[in-house]
Amino acid sequence: MSVTPSPIQSAIWRWCSVLVAVLAATMAAVAHADGGRTPKPAVTIANPGQCIAPVDEMRRNHMDMLKHQRDRTLRQGIRGEKASLNACIECHAGKSTGSVLGKDGFCESCHAYAAVKLDCWDCHQPKANYRPAVGVKP
Amino acid sequence: MSERDFLGAGPVDSGRRRFVGAAAAGVGALTLAPGIHLVSAAQRPAGEPASSTVRWGMLIDTTRCASGCDACVRACNEENGITERVSDPRQASQWIRKIELRDRQTGRQLSLPMMCQHCAHPPCVDVCPTGASMKRADGIVLVDRHICIGCRYCMMACPYKARSFVHQPLTQQNPEVPRGLGCVESCTFCVHRVDKGQTPACVEACPEKAMVFGDLKDPNSEISRRVAQVASTQVRADLKLGVGVRYQGI
Repeated sequence: MSVTPSPIQSAIWRWCSVLVAVLAATMAAVAHADGGRTPKPAVTIANPGQCIAPVDEMRRNHMDMLKHQRDRTLRQGIRGEKASLNACIECHAGKSTGSVLGKDGFCESCHAYAAVKLDCWDCHQPKANYRPAVGVKP
Repeated sequence: MSERDFLGAGPVDSGRRRFVGAAAAGVGALTLAPGIHLVSAAQRPAGEPASSTVRWGMLIDTTRCASGCDACVRACNEENGITERVSDPRQASQWIRKIELRDRQTGRQLSLPMMCQHCAHPPCVDVCPTGASMKRADGIVLVDRHICIGCRYCMMACPYKARSFVHQPLTQQNPEVPRGLGCVESCTFCVHRVDKGQTPACVEACPEKAMVFGDLKDPNSEISRRVAQVASTQVRADLKLGVGVRYQGI
C-alpha cells in the first residue's frame, strides 16, 4: 500500500528545501568575503629582501633554526650564525611600531593565528635598532 | 689541586700542557712589541666556538679603586640594560657592586668591586637542577635563560652573592643582552663584547685603570704578566673554586 503526500505536506517540503539552499548560499558568500572565521595574519615585511631560506622552509622550520642556533651561541659561544633572532627583527620589525610584536606585528600576528604562545620576548628585545635608555636607574 | 688551578677545570695531562705551550709559543710569535699583540684582542671568527685554550680572567688593583666611585657599576648597568626601577631595593639586579671594607684592628679601609668570580669549579653549576647554570669552554660562567626555571638554588650556592633574580617583566633590554622575568642572572664578563674582541664595560669605564681583563692562559697577555709579578689573592681561596677574578692589595 502506498502513501501519497497531501498537497500541504508537499508544499512544506518544498519551502524547507528552498530555505536550506538560500541559507547555504548566504553562508558561503560570507565565508568567502572574510576568508574564514578567523582573521588571517598580517604578513607584511617592512624591509623586503633576501631571507636566509625560501618562504616555505622558513614557515615550517624557523623555530628549529632559532632553537639550535641559540644553544650553539650561548653554550658553545659560536657567533655570526646564519639564523639569528636579532637578524629576524632587523628585517621583520613593523615600520610604524619598530617591533615584531603588536596586532599587526610580523611574529605576533602569525602566532596569534596559529595559537602558539611566544616567550622569546620575555627576555629578548622585540624592537629593531633599539638603544636602551641611559642613566634612569635610581 | 694545583696553585694554577684558576686556569681551568681539573687536572691537565702533560701532553695537553705541551700542546698548549706550543700553541702559546705560536701566538707569541705574533707579538709586535711588549704589550702589543695581534692575537689577544682579536674577534673570534664567525662559526668558531669558544676554546678551552683561552681562560678569561680579571685582575683588580684595590689600591687604585677609589672609595665612593661607582663608574664600573654604572657602566655595567648601561651596557647590560639594567635600567628598571624596582619597588624593593633588595630586589635590584647587581651584576657588579662596590664594597667598602675596614680592618677593625688597624683601621685600614679599602674599596673594591665584587661580581661573579667566574670559578673554574662553580658551585652554581654544581647545584643547578636543569643545567641552565653553565661554564663556557673559555671559563665564562653563564645562565642559559632558555632552561632556567628560576629556582634560585645557584643564588644560595654562590659564596660571592654574585647572582640576582629578575622579579618583574622587563622591556628595556639591550638587544645583545637578553634578560627577563623569572630568571637568575649575573656578570657575564660582557660576553657579547668579549666575543667581539672588546673588554668588559667595567674595565673600559674604570677611571683609574684598576681592572685588567685578559687571557690567563696566554703568557704574553698583560694580565698573565701582572699576576706573575704582583701579589694577588683569590677571595675565599679556602673554597678552592679556582676563581678567574683576582684582587691585588687586599
